[in-house]
Amino acid sequence: MAELIVISTLNGILFGMLLFLLSSGLTVIFSMMGVLNFAHASFYMLGAFFGYQLTRWIGFWPALVLAPLLVGAVGMAVERYGLRNTHKHGHVAELLLTFGLAFAIEEIVSMIWGKSPMDYRIPAALDFPAFTVFSTNYPAYKIFMLVVSVVIFVALLITLKRTRVGLIVQAALTHPSMVGHLGHNVGRVFMLVFGVGSALAGLAGVIAGPSLVTQSDMAALLGPILFVVIVFGGLGSLPGAFIASLLIGLIQTFAVALNGSLASVFGPLDPSLGPSPLTDIWNVTIAQVAPILPYVLLVLVLIFRPMGLLGTRES
Amino acid sequence: MTNPVTTATAATKDESGGTLSFYGIWLIAAVALVVLPLIFSSGGSLTSFSLIGISIIFALSYNILLGQTGLLSFGHAVQYGLGGFLAVHMMNAVASYDWPIPLPVIPLIGGIGGLAFATLVGWVMTKRAGTVFAMISLGIGELVASSSLILRSVFGGESGITTDRTALPHIFGWTFGPQLQVYYLIAFWVMISAIAMYALTRTPLGRICNAVRDNPERVEFIGYDPHVVRYFAYMFAGFFAGIAGGLTAINFEIANSAYLGATQSGLVLFAAFIGGTAYFFGPILGAILVTYLQLGLTNVTSVWQLYFGIIFIGIVMFAPGGIAGILMKHRPLIRARTLGTVIPSYLVAALPTLALVLGIILSIETVARYTASEGEGNVINLVGIPFVATAPTTWAVAVVLVVGGFLIARVTWRRVAEAWDRAATVARDRGYLA
Amino acid sequence: MHRLIVAAAALAMLGGTASAQDSLKIGYIDPLSGGGASVGEGGLKTFQYLADELNAKGGILGHKVEIVPMDNKTNPQESLVQAQKAVDAGIHYLTQGNGSSVGAALEDFVTKNNSRNPGKEVLYFNYAAVDPSMTNEKCSYWHFRWDANSDIKMEALTNYMKGQPSIKKVYLINMDYSFGQSVRTEARKMLGEKRPDIQIVGDELHPMLKVTDFSPYIAKIKASGADTVVTGNWGQDFALLLKAAADAGLKVNWYTYYAGGAGGPTAIKQTGLDHQVFQISEGIPNSGNKAAMELEKDFRAKANMSLWYPRAVNEMRMFKAAAEKANSIDPVKVAAALEDMKYEVLDGGEGIMRKDDHQFLQPIYISSFGTLADKAKEPFDEENTGWGWHLVSKIETANATVPTTCKMKRP
Repeated sequence: MAELIVISTLNGILFGMLLFLLSSGLTVIFSMMGVLNFAHASFYMLGAFFGYQLTRWIGFWPALVLAPLLVGAVGMAVERYGLRNTHKHGHVAELLLTFGLAFAIEEIVSMIWGKSPMDYRIPAALDFPAFTVFSTNYPAYKIFMLVVSVVIFVALLITLKRTRVGLIVQAALTHPSMVGHLGHNVGRVFMLVFGVGSALAGLAGVIAGPSLVTQSDMAALLGPILFVVIVFGGLGSLPGAFIASLLIGLIQTFAVALNGSLASVFGPLDPSLGPSPLTDIWNVTIAQVAPILPYVLLVLVLIFRPMGLLGTRES
Repeated sequence: MTNPVTTATAATKDESGGTLSFYGIWLIAAVALVVLPLIFSSGGSLTSFSLIGISIIFALSYNILLGQTGLLSFGHAVQYGLGGFLAVHMMNAVASYDWPIPLPVIPLIGGIGGLAFATLVGWVMTKRAGTVFAMISLGIGELVASSSLILRSVFGGESGITTDRTALPHIFGWTFGPQLQVYYLIAFWVMISAIAMYALTRTPLGRICNAVRDNPERVEFIGYDPHVVRYFAYMFAGFFAGIAGGLTAINFEIANSAYLGATQSGLVLFAAFIGGTAYFFGPILGAILVTYLQLGLTNVTSVWQLYFGIIFIGIVMFAPGGIAGILMKHRPLIRARTLGTVIPSYLVAALPTLALVLGIILSIETVARYTASEGEGNVINLVGIPFVATAPTTWAVAVVLVVGGFLIARVTWRRVAEAWDRAATVARDRGYLA
Repeated sequence: MHRLIVAAAALAMLGGTASAQDSLKIGYIDPLSGGGASVGEGGLKTFQYLADELNAKGGILGHKVEIVPMDNKTNPQESLVQAQKAVDAGIHYLTQGNGSSVGAALEDFVTKNNSRNPGKEVLYFNYAAVDPSMTNEKCSYWHFRWDANSDIKMEALTNYMKGQPSIKKVYLINMDYSFGQSVRTEARKMLGEKRPDIQIVGDELHPMLKVTDFSPYIAKIKASGADTVVTGNWGQDFALLLKAAADAGLKVNWYTYYAGGAGGPTAIKQTGLDHQVFQISEGIPNSGNKAAMELEKDFRAKANMSLWYPRAVNEMRMFKAAAEKANSIDPVKVAAALEDMKYEVLDGGEGIMRKDDHQFLQPIYISSFGTLADKAKEPFDEENTGWGWHLVSKIETANATVPTTCKMKRP
């Protein structure tokens, strides 16, 4: 049992940090531009595929740097030539643009790389068990992922708190229009932020690709969870996104680790009742409902605290 | 009640037109629905018409939310699917208990199913508009779709629940076995629902919905609670989506969890938006186009999703009013009789634009075929000319078409804009354009 | 080329008229776009190859066999639209495999269509949808299944496991849908009967195609002390499960239904589980049967993939035999001829299309995946891994049979 707890905690934190790499960019973009970027998870997917391709050509370590930069460039192009032109039609149009973009990116990726999972391997230098908890190996690559996520988190924190750009971004989080009035080139800041946000998603893709799956439906798998994270944490709140990421990562991992259903607690129902929704609910295990727990949380939070955990603005 | 807020819908503008032409349009639509299957009588066309009819109701119901009330929903298929499930359960119950309920009433049951769920969750969901509503609709959509796989006794797992539409009591000797009879049943409900939804836009509630979309604060000042208005809009949308779901259940004789999923919600958003949400008939155009593309395009190209995405992006960026928006833009020019001055520039622009579009299609297909595994046909048949995906000439042609088409099209479209401005100025002078 | 043919066909259908041709068309309804496309394209290549094979020998009763690809995006509704299109175009034979949900919908469709439109009957040849209910409570006279349903496979598998004393603790992990559930229930029931000493230490259902990281599940398997895992997982749910197992250093034997699917062999090779992953199937590349291995070789050369569906070979060849027996390509007569028809299957041994439920009963093979000792005897590897399937046990037809509850309604 203790083994399960240690491993699940590690896995939960790791998944949570990955979610944060993605949600941080999404949150900052949303706060500044008011755009909920539906294609954000697609940038994550692009990162994984670029990472895979570059790894085959020039090796993993250069790919780790280059692939996120490429994704960032794609993101900036999307902002410059897509979103900026759509801005005049309102936020719904912007949201729909990214919605269509997510569709198109998925299809382009599967057109080029096919629909099967890629053989994207963990670099040999990191392909060994880092340590053994009780009898379970914990792979070094996962530790590497954790380290990268934490480093990025710290770097992001320092950038936001200590640099001029960070100051502008922070100001834009709470007072988006005021920043413009102060004479900053809002367009360029937007483009930069969008690029950095996409690059972060791309980085998450590059490091998650070998460990999880690199496949053309990976964006669609992760996308909805991402929205849960940023709405749950509070739209526009970075600390909120951080807490929500970790919380959802841990909840999902632990829900899977737990056995148990109403039937195992209260005993099985009288079989003479026959199949009914009650028996369905009675027999379902916590592990089975693990993937829908985030959505339950989302709905609850929106009902009782529409601004999210640490959010200040309602929409 | 007097109309307190000026709105921008077609509904108000129509009042200036004669009532005769107004009823004429509905009459023509009804006649067209009756006559269509007589002209195109093959089974394939009947299937297509039935599906188009259903998606028209669905898209119109979606537009009660997006177009009229300004609520962007990513989970509209929930009401549609639940309506479908209730309809299927009802049909099975009617068949096994011999209730005297004929098939044509079943869509109403579907509607009640959609309405019931909308009533249940709507109050909480419509507390906020904008992004929060969009996200919560996405969340509820995922939640219901996932739960449907857990509640097997109700939703039948992933294989769903089947039914037999001919097992219900027959009326007028119609068994509803043949597709033609099902088509007429759908056509009947399309007419009823379309008229009802149009009427809804003309009621005080419909008008106040527009006001809530445009300026919720002012609505509050005049004594309405925007939350209540959104709630009502949500319930009506749920009701009509449920009718569409019920009709789908009748058409396919099966309901399963795919009805409730994100794909279905995405498609209806596509249909409504591509058609144009600002006008009542926009979603109808969108539903026809999207369903037709879905049926036809999937057989022609494996990357149909990409074309969907590109069309969608194109509409969002260049014509946010959708097809209906483009069409209605020309109305004042026609009235002012200045459209003739624009048409030549359109014709000039058409050629390079066509080249650009063909170039894009050729590039996409080339890449798709080139990267596809062997054994996949690599000959692209574009406007009757065969292109081989692996041949450098094909790539060259594609590049020339895209680059050349783009450069020339850009110039010609500037011409169109200039011609348009001139025509619009004249129209404005003549008082047809505000 | 096929897309162009379909394009033309589609236009003709939407336009209204479908021209009658002398060729014998089989509607292939499976995903050709979207998530399931890689599997669907593989099946399509197989059937096209088999059609070419038949045509080279004069087709079926002189009719050229033509496979008409129809994309259903793994969606039941879409499949029904395509099936209707096929019927409207005068196609009398449908074949489909991916997704029991689609299979159940199609089975229902052909039953209704054939009772409502006499003279326009359609047969549904099922090559991979293995939900047992399709040949039990939902059985239809117009549906024929060449794949062994999941109960039969479990019967064969447990008959094999019965003789393996090293198996002591079994963990079940399956996808949470009808197929996964039938695997788990049958495994519990049959193991309980045949090897009551085996302990079921875990019984897991996880959401289908939604899990990105299986390490929590692996941690649970590890904690349970299992020595054997039985899983019906396929596609990414199989690949990811094994990946996580390798990461955590889990050393157990895996008994699987679909380890050989696309991406599976690559995943096994990555994990380094040499001959520890077993698959239960109705045929394997390295079966030792000469004719079958020659076909495998030719198929690999032409289609650039391994023969995933030996059952498709049985299906098409039996179709020809049945049509010749009936001396007609009329679906009603072919259906009658198929009933209780005996046939020598691709890898050797006699199979029979059971009249009671239209389930094909055939020998079942258990094979393990790993390094191939004798390249001359076992020439075929998978997905360029250098590893291949090695025959472990052949379960004869008699030991791979379960009774049916089908009450067949005959026309």
